[in-house]
Amino acid sequence: MNRPLNALDRPNSYIGRSVSRPNAKRLLAGRGRYVTDLVLPRMLHAAFLRSPYAHARIVAIDVDAARAMPGVRLVATGVHLAKLCKPWTGTLDHFKGMTSVPQLPLPLEEVLWAGQAVVAVVADSRAEAEDAVEAIVIEFEELPAVVDIDLARTPGADRAAADLENNLCFHSRLDTGGVDTIFADAAHVVEEEFHFGRHTAVTLEPRAIVADYDRSEGRLTVHHATQTPYQFQDLYSRHYGIPEARVRVIAPDIGGSFGMKLHVYHEDMAVVGLSMLTGRPVKFVADRIESFVSDIHARDHRVRARMALDDAGAILAMDIEDVTAIGPFSTYPRTSAVEGNQVIRLTGAPYRLRNYRAELSVVFQNKVQTSQYRAVGHPIACAVTERLVDMAAAKVGLDPAVIRERNLIPDDAYPCESPTGFRFEALSHQQCLARLKTMMGYERLRDEQAALRARGIHRGIGIASFVEISNPSPAFYGIGGARISAQDGAIVKVTPSGEVRCLISVTEQGQGTETIIGQIVADQLGIPRERVQVVTGDTGVTPHGGATWACRGAGIGGETALQAARRLRANILALAATILQAKPEALTLQDGIVVDAVTGVERVSLAEIARIAYFRSDTLPPDASAQLSVAHHYAPQGYPFAFTNGIQGCHVELDAETGFVKILKHWVVEDCGRIINPLLVEEQIRGGVVQGLGAAFFEECLYNESGQLTNGSLADYLVPMACEMPDIEIGHVETPTADTTLGAKGCGEAGTAAASAAALNAVNDALAPFGTSIARIPMTPARLLKALGRI
Amino acid sequence: MPVAITLTVNGETLTRLVEPRETLADFLRRDLELTGTHTGCEMGVCGACLVMLDGLPAHACLMFAVQADGARVETVEGLTENAALADLQRAFHERNALQCGFCTPGMLIAAQGLLARKAMPSREEIRDALSGNYCRCTGYEAIIDAIETVAQGRAAGEAALRFAEEPA
Repeated sequence: MNRPLNALDRPNSYIGRSVSRPNAKRLLAGRGRYVTDLVLPRMLHAAFLRSPYAHARIVAIDVDAARAMPGVRLVATGVHLAKLCKPWTGTLDHFKGMTSVPQLPLPLEEVLWAGQAVVAVVADSRAEAEDAVEAIVIEFEELPAVVDIDLARTPGADRAAADLENNLCFHSRLDTGGVDTIFADAAHVVEEEFHFGRHTAVTLEPRAIVADYDRSEGRLTVHHATQTPYQFQDLYSRHYGIPEARVRVIAPDIGGSFGMKLHVYHEDMAVVGLSMLTGRPVKFVADRIESFVSDIHARDHRVRARMALDDAGAILAMDIEDVTAIGPFSTYPRTSAVEGNQVIRLTGAPYRLRNYRAELSVVFQNKVQTSQYRAVGHPIACAVTERLVDMAAAKVGLDPAVIRERNLIPDDAYPCESPTGFRFEALSHQQCLARLKTMMGYERLRDEQAALRARGIHRGIGIASFVEISNPSPAFYGIGGARISAQDGAIVKVTPSGEVRCLISVTEQGQGTETIIGQIVADQLGIPRERVQVVTGDTGVTPHGGATWACRGAGIGGETALQAARRLRANILALAATILQAKPEALTLQDGIVVDAVTGVERVSLAEIARIAYFRSDTLPPDASAQLSVAHHYAPQGYPFAFTNGIQGCHVELDAETGFVKILKHWVVEDCGRIINPLLVEEQIRGGVVQGLGAAFFEECLYNESGQLTNGSLADYLVPMACEMPDIEIGHVETPTADTTLGAKGCGEAGTAAASAAALNAVNDALAPFGTSIARIPMTPARLLKALGRI
Repeated sequence: MPVAITLTVNGETLTRLVEPRETLADFLRRDLELTGTHTGCEMGVCGACLVMLDGLPAHACLMFAVQADGARVETVEGLTENAALADLQRAFHERNALQCGFCTPGMLIAAQGLLARKAMPSREEIRDALSGNYCRCTGYEAIIDAIETVAQGRAAGEAALRFAEEPA
């Protein structure tokens, strides 16, 4: 009991403390309020007829029979909605030369992927709408489908859309110079061709939207399962010509998002127009089959990569070519080029190589659009880099941990810059590696591996270092012309009863945003956490801001809340000083009571201050200013991004007879700066790891040569199950960013960033005695048996 | 043509007219506004729609409402009100064994079903029993931990207090 007091020992010290989520209780009680659950008076339901072809021309549409079906209130085609909705184009100005064809809610002449919505039916019930969809007749003229990334880029190739000049969406090169010479002279060169399959988010709650246009006021309210209500407020306003102040977007409980629910989808845009056409609320919930053919897919890369090393195993240079396929157009408004751009900029990032060359080609094809999904680009860059490092270790004759010790950027080398121009403030690769080895019992695992190999048991150990982009500045989207905010806003106010409400622009999808904001506000004000209510996700109520994506909630949203709470605290203490005839600096807040800063003697409660301010201002001096509400905005300054880092370890056992891999254990050491709530950080990391392991072993959207998705149901597409996943042990290193008072960086994507890379290395480690390897994920049993020469 | 069915839902006996093609999940969600039962795949894979049907976990998306005529159905709402899930809910809350919460009602019912079959399952048995319940957020470990905690608590005879009214 004689240990020194630490920061967590004072009252209301919530930053750094594992506390449970107040808003999780209603979810546990079955009282979640998801858009899927929402029913509004006179609400109608939309269903869509979808293209059976990957690429076709619309010759004729006959909707007469559908219009006559019971309960049908509207049948709308592209022509109807094009009169209301301005087209959108998914390009950003800072991606020079990028191109994409404009999109409308429903197509006029050409369908671009199998599953594209073509005709909308609005009816009294979803079942009646679906019945009427069955009665629509469309004559299509099938066109050649672009599916192969190499054929797509040959001169004269069929184009994924008629209005494209060719199938290249975006091309980019990075080159520090002299790379060919370095490779020619290098003692060791390793190279590999990697394939990363398409996969998709599979949020348990599918996409859901209820649009409610009120003609009497010209006012649009959209209940939208999205991460980014402000972005959609802006888009609905501009594309439908409704003044921004008359558009309200409400994002209530969201059943998972992971990046998937922040993109524009044709059906969602259509539903807004359908509500305007009917003058009634219209609901659309994608069913699971529709989700597979309309939610964004992710990844889909082929990367040819090589690494040059000197004879001691120092990495000299990397040279990569990434070809990534994105679907027939670039996603709006964040584009489909960010993923590839991050691949070529993050490759090699944990290491001290100075010479680098990369080429990126972003290619159109007639499949579902791809775009940003959890850990955008990171898993590709990480897997390519880390697998080459392991291959290099084998070639040079070093242990994988040793080659990393030699090549990871030293912890005292910061600030520094990557060869691709990323500026690193302070990272901790070496400390994380040392910590990981201890947690894994690395040497013991290697000994055990050798012993088991002698008995025909093939285990593999893989490690993968990573950096993660978090807290993005306007360099991400703003400079490219997208109206996607990099700042956040908060309104913090004392209620008449002396409780506190914080309305903030960051949003909640279950990761615990509201909880950490409540912790920060309570901590900074000096009041019990139970007396802080946090409100998110309603553009009619919360200030405009970026919301939650790219791991910005804690770092930017948290700093916003911290600064707002400090301003409110100063106002409270100034008013208390007036009431008490004391000096503000002689007072402080503790447990919701203003106390003497030195003695801790209670002076006046926050509830009493609020009572006086709201109801008895007559008792205050004439010059007293009772400002018990504060509105505050914070935009990241300093470094363009707050990079985080970490390392993961994966331990697997390969059954060489069946190709099945048992994941025995997974470890993560993560440095996300100041940790606000360790419980939530660890669960973010675990969830992220499992999505990465899903990509590594199970998840893939499989297409045939005519552009048809062949496994678009949850019975066919493999989502990681509880019985396949390992226990995941997590360690922390804390290197706060000095750019903010709070010092927090992101953690939500770290798990996904490196899990598949660690798994790839682990499986290859298990394959090594067989003299074979694999460079394609997911590493299915069939692919592993093929690598083993068994099939 | 709608068909009349009589069933007991969360202890209340009721008679309703339902379309023959309406699933039990849609009936609970739409007709009875019991929206705690979720539909994630509508083909019996994801487990978000699990309810107790005559005391055993069943996929509400895989049966028609008419098939529940005469049955006793309990949803997460009813099992919360009668405190049957209280210890599980508390353990899930404390361990943060949920994020978005969409899979959670189904997880709770699967866990309840497991612990009724086997009082002290191993972690591997818990993982196996949850194979029909997808969770995209947590990575499962916290859920396994929470169920393990409850199994130990129940074995030690700890009473399940009401959950919903406790302070957060």
